Amino acid sequence: MATGSNMPLLLLAILAKVGVVLLVLLTTIAYAVWLERKVVARIQSRWGPYLVGPHGLLQPVADALKIFFKEDIVPTEVDRVVYCLAPFLAFSLALLSISVIPFGESVTIGGATIHFQITDLNVGLLFVFAVTSLGVYGVALAGWSSNSKYSLLGGLRSSAQMISYELSLGLGVVGVVMLAGSLSLREIVEHQSGLWNVFVQPVGFLIYFTAAVAETNRVPFDLPEGESELVGGFHTEYSSFKFAMFFMAEYANIVTVSCLATLLFFGGWLGPVFGPPLLRALLPVFWFCLKVFCFLFLYIWIRGTLPRFRYDQLMAFGWKFLLPLGLLNVLVTSLVLAWRST
Amino acid sequence: MAPLFYIFAVLAILAALSVVLQRTPVYSALSLIVVLCSLAVVYLLLGAEFLAVIQVIIYAGAIMVLFVLVIMLLNARQETPSDRSRLARWLGAPLLLVFLGELLFAVWERFPAATTRAAALPDAGPRAVGALLFRSYVLPFEVTSILILVAVLGAVVLAKKRL
Amino acid sequence: MVPLAHILALSVILFGLGAAGFVFRRNIITIFMCIELMLNAVNLAFIGFSRYLGNLDGQIFAFFVIVVAAAEAAVGLAIIIAVYRNRGSLSIDDFDSMKL
Repeated sequence: MATGSNMPLLLLAILAKVGVVLLVLLTTIAYAVWLERKVVARIQSRWGPYLVGPHGLLQPVADALKIFFKEDIVPTEVDRVVYCLAPFLAFSLALLSISVIPFGESVTIGGATIHFQITDLNVGLLFVFAVTSLGVYGVALAGWSSNSKYSLLGGLRSSAQMISYELSLGLGVVGVVMLAGSLSLREIVEHQSGLWNVFVQPVGFLIYFTAAVAETNRVPFDLPEGESELVGGFHTEYSSFKFAMFFMAEYANIVTVSCLATLLFFGGWLGPVFGPPLLRALLPVFWFCLKVFCFLFLYIWIRGTLPRFRYDQLMAFGWKFLLPLGLLNVLVTSLVLAWRST
Repeated sequence: MAPLFYIFAVLAILAALSVVLQRTPVYSALSLIVVLCSLAVVYLLLGAEFLAVIQVIIYAGAIMVLFVLVIMLLNARQETPSDRSRLARWLGAPLLLVFLGELLFAVWERFPAATTRAAALPDAGPRAVGALLFRSYVLPFEVTSILILVAVLGAVVLAKKRL
Repeated sequence: MVPLAHILALSVILFGLGAAGFVFRRNIITIFMCIELMLNAVNLAFIGFSRYLGNLDGQIFAFFVIVVAAAEAAVGLAIIIAVYRNRGSLSIDDFDSMKL
């Protein structure tokens, strides 16, 4: 934080930071949708959105307006309280985890140190996992409260899937934590100044990324939605703004997971830094954003390329392949670390 | 810090009341999640960061998800009140109140607010907790891992129709 | 600073509510959740004491309670599912014979 003991100013600085991060995140979410439509269209030899603005760049605005002015239908047989709570839960939890993500190195301008991070917890990584593990409720409760068989099936499936893959997600990261000896995201990034973790922990990265795709319910693990068998999955009965919240929560989760992958395995904001002081201060943030963008692109690429898993395949893959592999990775990493320290 | 504690203490108590009073299991479960999360904040205020996060990950994120899943699977709707527990109602309520009063009295007697002061804040980060866990408490730790293994096997045997 | 007595009072109240729910509720899942509530009340006391004695042992105890609660929930819910399969009911009034 800033080095003064000026309480209101400090609070204002934090609020400003939260505001900026939220604004950037929401814009990123909106344009991630545009990017996805464009890239998938290219993969499938189509044009994608191109009518609203140059290259369809204003499409997110049009989408937002459309969603705001649609009728918000609440079916008669739903459990009202839970039905309205679920999308808010999903969305706010998805936004929450961005608060511990560091975007760049701390810079000192005019005696005040600015951290490119809302708050630095010494259990930052665990905090992200805690918030992600709560994300299941949004989906499960939406499925249950809708009082429809498709929603219930989608909700049950996705809860089971998210719980299963959460284990692999955690195990994939344990190796990195052991190497850095810390759960603080900032320290984990600083530990990679010599060599990015992806070269030390390639198996851990693969496990993490696969589990992350499953955790965010994306193709090829998008069974909770599974249009072709479950109509729309857990959000079948949702419309208008509530549906948009689920939609934005999904993209917010993708952004978070990409940020985490960048921080844990690709050195976060580390990269060549040169030039005048201002450029020096901003280049790390640029590198970070570039890496996150690459991950977003990878996500879309995967979606445009791979077919969907069958449900039993998905569960078998998670429990019988990914989980043992994660355990093995932890074992080997700890053995190597123990051998090196003796 | 103190006002935050009282805010979340009141929140926890209200949510706990709701756990007990709701007739629909899903609402009880949701209220319990609120209790767990506000307790996590209380832990955080007491300097137990690691435990606060563990509380959210394991309790709120895993155990309660299991509860919600089972409630969804068994489609547990409103419970019907029954007359069979009249004895519990007439005898249990006063006894419970007496027990609670006694406990509160004991707490007040033994730890008066004026004299208890906090010791120096111990470093409760993951490193300190881990060191203690794997040095002084290794045996209990290993025993719990066996317990969990047995629990996993037991759960599979019980819940599966045919092995 | 919050006095220890207030933390323990919160713990006692939560425990009491859990115990009340355990006695008065009829749905077996709700009863199980009340047990979890009581376990949490105990955890809070552990952590309060740990904070006021200035050592971490209380937190380790709370950690073990959480782990055991996870194991207990897995087995307990499996039992509930097995009983429901046999009885078709979740009310404990229907579980009054010694065999399934």
